[in-house]
Amino acid sequence: MASTQTSYVRTQMIAAEPPPPGVTGVAHWLKTNLFATTKDTILTVIALLLLAWYVPQMLNWLFFDAQWTGTDRTFCATVVQSGGSQPEGWSGACWAFIGSRFDQFIFGRYPIDERWRPTLVGISFVALLVPLLIPKVPYKGWNAILLFAVLPIVSFFLLVGGVFGLRHVETSLWGGLMVTLILSFVGMAVSFPLGILLALGRRSPMPVIKTLCVTFIEIVRGVPLITVLFMASVMLPLFMPQGVTVDRFLRALIGFSIFASAYMAEVIRGGLQAIPKGQYEGADSLGFSYWQKTGLIVLPQAIKIVIPGIVNTFIGMFKDTSLVSIIGMFDLLGIIRQNFADVSWASPVTPLTGLIFAGFVFWIFCFGMSRYSMFVERRLDTGHKR
Amino acid sequence: MAKKIVTALLGAAVLGMGAQAAQADTLSDVKAKGFVQCGVNSSLAGFAAPDAQGNYAGFDVDYCKAIAAAVFGDATKVKYTPTTAKERFPALQSGEVDVLARNTTWTINRDTALGFNFRPVNYYDGQGFMVRKSLNVKSALELSGAAVCVQTGTTTELNLADYFKANNLQYNPVVFEKIEEVNAAYDAGRCDVYTTDQSGLYAIRLTLAAPDDHMVLPEIISKEPLAPAVRQGDDKWFDIVSWVHYALINAEEFGVTQANVEEMKNSPNPDIKRFLGAEADSTIGADLGLDNEWAVNVIKAVGNYGEVFDRNIGAGSPLKIERGLNALWTKGGIQYAPPIR
Repeated sequence: MASTQTSYVRTQMIAAEPPPPGVTGVAHWLKTNLFATTKDTILTVIALLLLAWYVPQMLNWLFFDAQWTGTDRTFCATVVQSGGSQPEGWSGACWAFIGSRFDQFIFGRYPIDERWRPTLVGISFVALLVPLLIPKVPYKGWNAILLFAVLPIVSFFLLVGGVFGLRHVETSLWGGLMVTLILSFVGMAVSFPLGILLALGRRSPMPVIKTLCVTFIEIVRGVPLITVLFMASVMLPLFMPQGVTVDRFLRALIGFSIFASAYMAEVIRGGLQAIPKGQYEGADSLGFSYWQKTGLIVLPQAIKIVIPGIVNTFIGMFKDTSLVSIIGMFDLLGIIRQNFADVSWASPVTPLTGLIFAGFVFWIFCFGMSRYSMFVERRLDTGHKR
Repeated sequence: MAKKIVTALLGAAVLGMGAQAAQADTLSDVKAKGFVQCGVNSSLAGFAAPDAQGNYAGFDVDYCKAIAAAVFGDATKVKYTPTTAKERFPALQSGEVDVLARNTTWTINRDTALGFNFRPVNYYDGQGFMVRKSLNVKSALELSGAAVCVQTGTTTELNLADYFKANNLQYNPVVFEKIEEVNAAYDAGRCDVYTTDQSGLYAIRLTLAAPDDHMVLPEIISKEPLAPAVRQGDDKWFDIVSWVHYALINAEEFGVTQANVEEMKNSPNPDIKRFLGAEADSTIGADLGLDNEWAVNVIKAVGNYGEVFDRNIGAGSPLKIERGLNALWTKGGIQYAPPIR
């Protein structure tokens, strides 16, 4: 039987048709997103006008009219301001000020011929941190030990000096971005483990541990950071015997770490509470000890949930470091503001430029942390996300 | 009320310190540790601010250097503690700093209740007003109803209130926490009047968009004698700090400068020779517990009072503050030093 069989079912797929005109492309996107209704159109036009009015001015101020080089205030002041060289009515960013004080903004008043020491610490910090952050690089354990145990000790001796023929550099000379980074790194490195312990302690059935943890968290969290720093700097020396002083930087570092730990504890407790009871019971039924249960079942899930909260706390801490300027320590913002008082750079645009620069540097670090945390969230995503 | 409690607490703390301070011998302590710990302003244009290398420089800083030069013959043996307005007194009371050279106004309360000693006024300041010329105001008494920009938490704010109350004038305070906020607000026209110490007004004028559109009114509404401070109960150290200032004034009076101090040792004038420790029977150093050439060291380090003034805040600096009250008594000012004899 060699008759041809007719069939109503196609044996191959029809090639996809192009979409009808007017539902794709730039024009369609514009129509649905920006000009869908009269109200949308009006708002779009207003926003565009605002941008057109503001952005060119901003770019002019920041880049085209800016003064990029110079050695003192005369480059950034106008002719009507005693001794200035810019034409009357000029206004632009004074990047020359940032350029001339850049080293100071990074290292504070750290002696110039000793600045290779913080530089070396910074380079080794980056060299150890980057491989730790990239998942593919092996030897994570050793890397972490080097970063969290060896580097702090080496850095301490390198920065403070007084041993191995290194000149002693007291912490009152430290400043700038260096202080900001040290304070926030130590704060983060201390607060994370301490926060976990406090959070576990707060949920512990043992009354003494629980009370201790609750008291610590509630007291520390109930006091503003600025008060902690101010008490440490102003009241503490009054109660010490004459001549005995605890280093200011150390005071700030301790106050900071304690404060961050209390916050971190509450963030992590939030994660612990989100773990269903079944997980605990499952671990118990497998005969796990408390630490096995916590370390292998509960914490990995809990911490994954609260990554946004943890990073939020880290970012907050990073920015809070600028509060140390009230106790006479100069972080990045503090040292920039301190330089406003230098009459050799006094001009109307100097403070604005300095603050923009400070904002930009803070933003870079915070944005970096935020993006990395999103990457980690995606990597650890096991399908629970809604 | 809260203020009274704070004062009482501070007072109690000071009484506690007083017992220790009575036996205190700051000079020996300073010599033992090898440097003078000097409290300075964390940043005030012309008085204490970091220079391009990050070293402190300024009028008050030069006093720290001068004290170090008097004690050690070496102006570099000094360490600075930058202090905020709130921190400065506890820092001195607790012994964290040996001397406070931080544009601090000498008042009865600070001299007595807080337990400090002030003596030589190294800068006579006073609170003034700056206004826009376009307001056509010639006197502070015409400022009724004006919006006044002022930094909060300073004596400036209190003086302002007192002045307007005493003259039965209305005003509208616009207060800010940070000095650059006050500057920006005034420059943007959010207030008609800017008030702070006159030395500060000169620094602020430098940062205005059009300095020539602004004028400083003639009224000085407060006395702000700025003086270095030390703890009560240590007269020897107090003497040293005082005489360092008097040496600077005497040097200017004698015409002794940083450049000519060595050759002035051979001056025919016995006063000058005694001052520079070049007279055989001179005891000006021994009496203070210092080297006989301490005045020479001070002048070598920072110059005389006029040189210190010019370099940091006067004609030789961008601030260009007039000597005014701070001129020597022989030149119409009130800077006067006891004789060195």
